[in-house]
Amino acid sequence: MYNINSIRNDFPILHQKIHNHDLVYFDNAATTQKPQQVIDAIVHSYTKTNSNIHRGIHTLSQLSTNMYEKARKQVQQFIHAPKSEEIIFTKGVTESINLIAHSFGEAFIKAGDEIIISAMEHHSNMVPWHMLCERKQATLRFIPFNSDGVLDIEAFKNSISEKTKLVSIVHISNSLGTVNPISEIIEIAHSHGIPVCIDGAQSIQHTPIDVQALDCDFFVFSGHKMYAPTGIGVLWGKESWLEKMPPYQGGGDMIETVTLEKITYNTLPFKFEAGTSNYVGAHALGVAIDYIQHIGIQHIETHEHSLMEYATSKLQNIEGLSIIGNAPKKAGAISFKVQGAHPADIGQILDKKGIAIRTGTHCTEPVMQFFNIPGTARMSFGMYNTISEIDYCCDVLNKVTRMFL
Amino acid sequence: MNIQDIQDQIIEEFSIYEDWLDKYQYIIDLSKDLPLIDDQYKKENYVIKGCQSQVWLHANFENGKILYTADSDAVITKGIISLLIRVLSNQTPEDILNCDLFFIEKIGLKENLSPTRSNGLVAMIKQMKLYAMACNYKQNQ
Repeated sequence: MYNINSIRNDFPILHQKIHNHDLVYFDNAATTQKPQQVIDAIVHSYTKTNSNIHRGIHTLSQLSTNMYEKARKQVQQFIHAPKSEEIIFTKGVTESINLIAHSFGEAFIKAGDEIIISAMEHHSNMVPWHMLCERKQATLRFIPFNSDGVLDIEAFKNSISEKTKLVSIVHISNSLGTVNPISEIIEIAHSHGIPVCIDGAQSIQHTPIDVQALDCDFFVFSGHKMYAPTGIGVLWGKESWLEKMPPYQGGGDMIETVTLEKITYNTLPFKFEAGTSNYVGAHALGVAIDYIQHIGIQHIETHEHSLMEYATSKLQNIEGLSIIGNAPKKAGAISFKVQGAHPADIGQILDKKGIAIRTGTHCTEPVMQFFNIPGTARMSFGMYNTISEIDYCCDVLNKVTRMFL
Repeated sequence: MNIQDIQDQIIEEFSIYEDWLDKYQYIIDLSKDLPLIDDQYKKENYVIKGCQSQVWLHANFENGKILYTADSDAVITKGIISLLIRVLSNQTPEDILNCDLFFIEKIGLKENLSPTRSNGLVAMIKQMKLYAMACNYKQNQ
């Protein structure tokens, strides 16, 4: 059974008042809160085991290294990756995608080539490709979406040519909530021999991920959106691609030997982990994965799905409010606008009632341009949110929307 | 009325609202009274861009006093602008330059002036004062 009270008790930050109201935290797509177990893991690391990892001869360094490498194996197992060497620790999705854009780009993109992304990408899966295309005189193409927020797969098929070298697609849209048909996209791309990168920033915390079943070539996600600390994230790539890609950053740990004349690079995964890694963050990410698995990612998915369904039907009944993004399959987030109000107005008033939502463009400005709106108000859910929180929020929204009529 | 008295008056008006929703309702109503900026000024030269919302400001110097008009695409920001205009418009450049805008904190809207809120209000107040400074300089030449 999904014990919501016991889960909520693990998250100390939830138990506080904001402007004299119980905090309702509906900003999980931006970042999730951390369970006590994760907070304790960070404190324990700095209290008992802190020491720089790799090549240390002393006990603490070995302990610290073991914890770091254990976390790598936990990530491997969590996403069903074939090998732990394919798990590269990064700062988060942004760094993961920049790494691929740089290193895959160096090895495989030349003038005249094309990269396909969608028009609903977060800026972090858009800007690095823009930069790469500018550098290489390549072309960036976009899969359009319709007014429900559903990708046009026919247009995707038509945009593929012999010039296409990579497809990079968001699994679940952070601003529209759309769950994209990534299996289908991967299959189509692979039938043309094109590799696919999946941005899992908004899916890793909501749904089980099996990179082998998906058969994608790269899968990236951030720790802080899955109950782990900020500053730690993952790039998973198929070994065959990672081996062919040159290093991203140079520095310590990523080399095999250095002479003044010649440098040889370390093997995977270290080739891509220059400098001192965020080993405390990686360990805490491992603990967050333990926590998620203890609850069960399928159970979390079921719980959050019922929150999405319930919130959607309640919001649809509020006069003056309209949902932006009505894809048949959605997860994690619901965007909406209120007649006569700017999204910032809604966010500001809700805050005074203790409700944390996000307003603005959500780093997806082209999506806002498509709908011709300055931004949206977005509520997004985590494993600890409840039906009664949605009831309270919708009661407040019912009053607020009337204020702007 | 001088700037001090207008601010005291606003604080008194807000003191009757206990619930935040009522307070915001009043601000939303105020936004409707805003002396709207003439359309010719609602463009790039007069815009103050915030990350969330934007503000347009225009000023006129007449008979030793400054008249401000403004607008915003966010309703609450617009309501606060209407209060700022009520306080600062039709005052002398010296008074505008020397005043302390204490009413915003007193009515509980201080966070609207936080630079991280980025609604364009902080930049707008700065712009209002810069204009007063320019008028003051011109007047004393």
